Amino acid sequence: MPAEADGKTGSKATTTSSVSPTLALLAGWLVPGAGHALLGKWIRAALLCASIVTMFAIGIALAGKVYTPNTGEPLDMLGFVGDLGAGLLYFLARMLGWGQAPVLIAIADYGTKFIVVAGLLNIVAAVDAHSLASGRKPS
Amino acid sequence: MTISHFSAVLLFSLFTSIVFGITQRAEPNKMVRFGALCFALFVVGTIAASWAMWLIKP
Repeated sequence: MPAEADGKTGSKATTTSSVSPTLALLAGWLVPGAGHALLGKWIRAALLCASIVTMFAIGIALAGKVYTPNTGEPLDMLGFVGDLGAGLLYFLARMLGWGQAPVLIAIADYGTKFIVVAGLLNIVAAVDAHSLASGRKPS
Repeated sequence: MTISHFSAVLLFSLFTSIVFGITQRAEPNKMVRFGALCFALFVVGTIAASWAMWLIKP
């Protein structure tokens, strides 16, 4: 039964969804905005999807680097974790050979950061979908 | 594709602020306000940092 939570007093939300929180998290990770779409939050889903996919695409267009695992460099590992946050977009980029391995021009470093941040933002969005599905976030 | 540094700042700030606004607030009007605040802070902060770097350059 839905109930409103009072954000000012910090009381816990009691609104729950029929969608499994784990499913919302996984869907949101694989496809940007899919977690919110499963919960019927269509406008949020569209905005999240557009923002994250556009940011990732700009990063690719700027010839940013797509990190790969097991390079041995700690910063590369962190970059890989960030990139992996983009879900299927990352796997698509790897399969199709998008992005440059070395950064050749200064603006390409911006592209690398765009790709990493798109992945990190997608993780934030997926966790938000999980919170909505579990009722931890009221609406 | 190439873009100017300032265009990169604006694009980065715009998309990041949209995601922050949606995920960090629960009500639509608060989402818009928080997103706008984030956008302004990103842009103003970047310009301030740029001037700071210019002032301390050797």
